Amino acid sequence: MLKVEDLHVAVGGKPILKGINLHIKPGETHVLFGPNGSGKSTLLGAIMGFERYQVTEGRILFKGEEITGRSVAERAKLGIGIAFQRPPVLRGVALGDLLKAVAPAPSDVGEMADPMHLASFLERDVNSGFSGGEVKRSEMLQLLAQSPNFVLLDEPESGVDLENIALIGQAVNHLLQKDGFNGEERCRREMKEGRSKAGLIITHTGYILDYVPADLGHVLYDGRLSCTGFNPRELLGCIHKYGYAGCTRCLA
Amino acid sequence: MQDELRQKAQQALHKKAALGEEIDLDRFVAGGKEHSYVENLKSLPQEEKEDMLVAGVDTTEKQRTGSFILEDNTVVHAASFQDGLEVLGTAAALEKYEWLRDYYWNLVDIDTDKYTARAGLEGEGGYFIRAMPGVKAVYPIQACMFIAQEGLLQGAHNMIIAEEGADLQLITGCTTGRHIGSGMHIGITEIYVKKNAKITFTMVHNWSEDVAVRPRTVSVVEEGGAYLSNYISMTPVKSVQMYPTTYLKGKNSVARYHSIMVGYPGSNLDVGSRVVLQGEGSRAEIIARSLTRGGRIVNRGHLLGEGAGVKGHLECQGLMLSPQGVIHAVPELEARVDGVALSHEAAVGKIAQEEVEYLMARGFSEEEATAMIVRGFLNVKIMGLPEELEAEVRKAIELSEHSAL
Repeated sequence: MLKVEDLHVAVGGKPILKGINLHIKPGETHVLFGPNGSGKSTLLGAIMGFERYQVTEGRILFKGEEITGRSVAERAKLGIGIAFQRPPVLRGVALGDLLKAVAPAPSDVGEMADPMHLASFLERDVNSGFSGGEVKRSEMLQLLAQSPNFVLLDEPESGVDLENIALIGQAVNHLLQKDGFNGEERCRREMKEGRSKAGLIITHTGYILDYVPADLGHVLYDGRLSCTGFNPRELLGCIHKYGYAGCTRCLA
Repeated sequence: MQDELRQKAQQALHKKAALGEEIDLDRFVAGGKEHSYVENLKSLPQEEKEDMLVAGVDTTEKQRTGSFILEDNTVVHAASFQDGLEVLGTAAALEKYEWLRDYYWNLVDIDTDKYTARAGLEGEGGYFIRAMPGVKAVYPIQACMFIAQEGLLQGAHNMIIAEEGADLQLITGCTTGRHIGSGMHIGITEIYVKKNAKITFTMVHNWSEDVAVRPRTVSVVEEGGAYLSNYISMTPVKSVQMYPTTYLKGKNSVARYHSIMVGYPGSNLDVGSRVVLQGEGSRAEIIARSLTRGGRIVNRGHLLGEGAGVKGHLECQGLMLSPQGVIHAVPELEARVDGVALSHEAAVGKIAQEEVEYLMARGFSEEEATAMIVRGFLNVKIMGLPEELEAEVRKAIELSEHSAL
């Protein structure tokens, strides 16, 4: 679904990513670990196509099409969605109106917002005065409305309390076709086989992994994927034990 | 008019205004054609009805408790449909009530500048609107300042009084006939909010490209009273300069100014709001949003704290949608006693790329994203209008946006 080939990205002229290779297949969920400033958000931003992330080398393919030069909107239309870590406030734009405009088909936004405990937020300006948890839930709600084939999640659990993490985990599972909201009963194999949606999740704490099963983990260190393709939990354990640098040495 | 006032006015006929570009009043026709009284607004020409609707004045008078129309310099209609609400022409009111002389040219000085002087000498067109003690208007009263003659100087003197405990909403639409290019409007408005009373004053400007406007508005609020002012100008206009001022005289009185304005190429808007907080514990909020598509906007705000424990906040936001325009934010805070809390925030710039990209990531094109942000910026929801009034204002904005294109 997503292929990143030898990607070099600079921000304000400063090289941040130095040759990233990544392949995420349909139905897969990958996890990205790495210390602050290692370039995780840059990778997500470059995949989404934000202006400040300049691709200096390499390319990004989505569903077999090269998207490196495409606009953010075009990428979104092709089926890439992103949950922002710190989204901007949109003054005068009501969350409910945004959801209606985002949803591909006319939908009941009240019904949509209810499971995310945001039904009372629909009249409010997007992200205005939202708490940390509310921002994250609103991001997930917008993605649920958008229903992308591939999701980029930038620290979906940061600043979120434990109960809200569970809620966000549920939403991520729903987005990635891992579960229904009301726990529809399907066996794991059936779900896995029927799954086409994929995702890339940045997490520092790994808490989200308690709720969202992920397939592969990578450590981004100093602009490079130093250790890649391992079981995410195993990788997290390793980071805990040896630190990012140590883990890179140990598994590379 | 009393000789004393007349004399003062005559002496000020060449007195420059403190702010704004100089307008040559001799360019305009004084007086103008007399119009006959319109008993029923339904009998107005269809074209005028439509023009008025764009400024929020609904000639079907549905969900209105009164109407007033000043066409050029003639009061062509004044009526109220609720007991305890009075809508008259100012001249008629001055004849009816001797006591009104004490309110007349009391808050605004006739010799403020040449515009007030000229309006004073031109006559007493304009409305007198009053809510009797404890009377709460079910719906807004509407007033229309309509220029139907090319190159006319329209002078209006308005007086609004909310007696003790009354609640009055007023929507005033200022507009020109669709074939009118140029004109001059001078509006004097004196507003009295008595103890525990409330006035919501919403003004929609929908002038033409070559109209100059000089409103002079002063309001005074007594104990526990509230004055809420909303100003909307979204269509091209040549020149507007106004700096309405509220004196919060009474204890715990409140003033709130919200304004939303758009500047077009050739437009020159110098618009501010000033609140003098005198009464103990009085509070004020000024929020101004200006957007330029090429025009010049000076966005002023001034909070003066003179009373104990007063609080005020001022917010100026300017959005540049064109490389040609100018937005000049001038927020001023002035504390004259200790224990006042005044704050302001001002931001001027182009649309944040971050916001555009946020929406683009949700699948909107750059143009769609920009339009959504602009619409949000100009959203009247922040005015906290009563539901019906908000719907009316929205309608007026949609129509005026449409007519501006």
